[in-house]
Amino acid sequence: MKKLIAILLIPAATFIAPLAAMASEGGVRLDTAPIKPTDVLSLQRGARTFANYCLNCHSASLMRWNRLEELGLNESQISDNLIFTGAKIGDLMDVAMTKKDARKWFGAAPPDLSVIARARGADWLYSYLRSFYRDPARPTGWNNAVFENVGMPNPLWQLQGERVRVEEKAKGSEGKEGHGGAATVVKYEMVKPGSLSTVQYDETIADLVNFLVYMGEPAATTRKQIGIFVLLYLLALLPLVYLLKREFWKDVH
Amino acid sequence: MSDDKQINKSRRNLVIACSAAGGVAGVAAAVPFAASWLPSERAKAGGAPVVADISTLEPGQMMTVEWRSKPVWIVRRTKEMLDGLTKVDAKVSDPKSDVPMQPEYAKNEYRSIKPEVLVLVGVCTHLGCSPQEKSAEDKAEMGADWTGGFLCPCHGSKFDLAGRVFKGSPAPVNLEVPKYTYLSDTRILIGDDTKGA
Amino acid sequence: MAAAEKTPVRGTGSVALDSALTWVDARFPLISTWKAHLAEYYAPKNFNFWYYFGSLAMLVLALQIVTGIFLTMNYKPDANLAFASVEYIMREVPGGWIIRYMHSTGASAFFICVYLHMFRSLLYGSHRKPRELLWIFGVLIYLCLMGEAFFGYLLPWGQMSYWGAQVIINLFSAIPFVGPDISLWIRGDYVISDATLNRFFALHVIAIPLILLGLVVAHLLALHEVGSNNPDGIEIKKHKDAKGVPLDGIPFHPYYTVKDIFGVVVFLIVFAIVVFFAPEMGGYFLEANNFIPANPLQTPPHIAPVWYFTPYYSILRSVPPLFNSQFPGVVAMGVSVMILFALPWLDRGAVKSIRYRGTYFKAALTAFVVVFLVLGYLGTEPTTVWGQFGSWLGNVDRATVVARVCSVIYFLFFILMPWYTKVDKTKPEPERVTH
Repeated sequence: MKKLIAILLIPAATFIAPLAAMASEGGVRLDTAPIKPTDVLSLQRGARTFANYCLNCHSASLMRWNRLEELGLNESQISDNLIFTGAKIGDLMDVAMTKKDARKWFGAAPPDLSVIARARGADWLYSYLRSFYRDPARPTGWNNAVFENVGMPNPLWQLQGERVRVEEKAKGSEGKEGHGGAATVVKYEMVKPGSLSTVQYDETIADLVNFLVYMGEPAATTRKQIGIFVLLYLLALLPLVYLLKREFWKDVH
Repeated sequence: MSDDKQINKSRRNLVIACSAAGGVAGVAAAVPFAASWLPSERAKAGGAPVVADISTLEPGQMMTVEWRSKPVWIVRRTKEMLDGLTKVDAKVSDPKSDVPMQPEYAKNEYRSIKPEVLVLVGVCTHLGCSPQEKSAEDKAEMGADWTGGFLCPCHGSKFDLAGRVFKGSPAPVNLEVPKYTYLSDTRILIGDDTKGA
Repeated sequence: MAAAEKTPVRGTGSVALDSALTWVDARFPLISTWKAHLAEYYAPKNFNFWYYFGSLAMLVLALQIVTGIFLTMNYKPDANLAFASVEYIMREVPGGWIIRYMHSTGASAFFICVYLHMFRSLLYGSHRKPRELLWIFGVLIYLCLMGEAFFGYLLPWGQMSYWGAQVIINLFSAIPFVGPDISLWIRGDYVISDATLNRFFALHVIAIPLILLGLVVAHLLALHEVGSNNPDGIEIKKHKDAKGVPLDGIPFHPYYTVKDIFGVVVFLIVFAIVVFFAPEMGGYFLEANNFIPANPLQTPPHIAPVWYFTPYYSILRSVPPLFNSQFPGVVAMGVSVMILFALPWLDRGAVKSIRYRGTYFKAALTAFVVVFLVLGYLGTEPTTVWGQFGSWLGNVDRATVVARVCSVIYFLFFILMPWYTKVDKTKPEPERVTH
């Protein structure tokens, strides 16, 4: 039996090792998104930010407005507070802008955001949306530390404020092991504060990312709830079928 | 011998218990598959109630809105039109709307909540064609005593301005009045009567 | 009494049921089939853990067919609609997400079961005479499964679907002279397109499953013709009682049905954990990039096949191009799979089971398993995953070197098999099975 377990553990180990490696992939260190998928109020706030700031250019055309009722909102709350396009409650979260116009205005059509959280991951979104800075070299005047030379200007700049990138010569010997020569430390400085403090802004983004994650798989919470019942049932079934097997195998000598 | 029976008894009990538990699991596993044949969210959104704005509907006029891919007619009937209804009571096959082709609140002589506003599903109860409006002026075609109503182009079923079928038509029953409710004086919600203002 | 002898219906305890069975049996070999394949199919009584995976693979096949049928009810094999139709199933169809996750998890579960089932064969020599054809049917099933998985993976029409198919189809371009035309023919277009999607859909839902089912029947018929092998690798038919029943055999039903039911429940627990709590399995079962709709203009930074193909993909990548042609790599990959067909004839051991084999075989099999897993892991990663050797070794990627060594060991396992199995110091086999 021990040998057996060992044999089974080998593939398990080969699966787990890359998971750990994956987390450190990519150039920038990502912050962990502090999201709570079951926090309905956070999801509601995220939905509001999403409808106000994202849906102007991005669609979420796999998501229906009335699904937001799952978040504890009623029909009139959704129609009156979130829908700005005259869409019906049963409609998809489409955007008025056509793909052709979008390409003309932004160079590339803004991607649909329905499953963006499943493609990018919560941590990436959380870091990305907090990493915009002013960059006069870019056509939009904005750049991003996580997604370099991104086409999107910071949609939330009025909330976050404007930051600039500052490169400083590193003090002491700390940075020297890196690429050799004079190491620099990159910092971001707030030059024009927005309407929210950094802490408030981070909370706003956490709520928004929470909502994006929810939208990526609206059934996720239900899935886990059902899963618990399925597992409990199967675990209850297990001793029963074991006894059945043992009962029959009494015959075998 | 008694030992054998003992074994067989506990064995049978286990078989029964496992079959029952396995059966329950099987039925539970079938649920998502069976459920997947129910209307999807898209279908539900397509079949959702629709709001009709009748603020611009003049007396005597008719408008059509689409609900569940079916035409729904809204007619603002004039005094003459309503008077015409009582005149044909004897010629229609179900003058009192006894056949439940309308919600309870529309089971009255005008087959509507407000007498002047008629809401009808514009689908013939014979074979599903959509009848055409024939006004009282169409006497040349519809006969001298025609007071206005609808004619089905497929098999000639005739209906009055309350959707009641004339005797002798192939259509067996009156046109259907859908569930509806007034959200306000000028807005009607068609397909749902639980959200009235 | 006479009737009962003619049609030996077992007393079911119900007169109506008995007579119904008699009626059917006069017209269809119901009872005899039942007996031949279940109630009087005598399997060795010493099956262990490794013998669960055959029946589990059948269970997963059934699961894939049922969930697949229900997915086709809402899936749209159209390049403009496919991606959204999968998400439509996930979001808007009642119970749709559960069906889809069962199918996507089932694909990986199928390969896990089949790999373990094949490993069992290596352990106990189940591919050896007289089971060569049984093994060949099995390898054909495995090939079909690879095709099925490959065609199916295009259907969600995400970035990984698209670019994975692009890379694999382009492998055919490496064939000298006719390669590019073959690739074009497979795609039906100059790029992967609607035409490709539609034909892959047809192959995935109709053609391959039909072949697969036929092969599974052939696999089972061949198995029941020669009888199951067992962990001792000896033939139980050598010792029979007066009635011709093998002394070490027990009827498959009920003994192995109840045992397999237990295995099924354990399997379902693991399966449910994945379906309900980790359907993406950390990106191994459902890849993040596949949640981006296919975009022919933009390749994702890192493309890797799904995990069950990665050992072969590693072999492909590890072979250096010759005269600027990838063909040698493609050939190596092809051979690495096809060589499985030759296994029954490569193995010259005096005994079948690892229990009585000598050190050479044990070492070879261990090395094989290790390199298979290492190749599998490396195939999921970019070749830069372990960094580079210093300039003294030409700055080559460490992972590439390791993959090359592993590939060589992979092939040596087969090529040297006739030698090391023959010279191996084996232990004597027992006369009767042991526990």
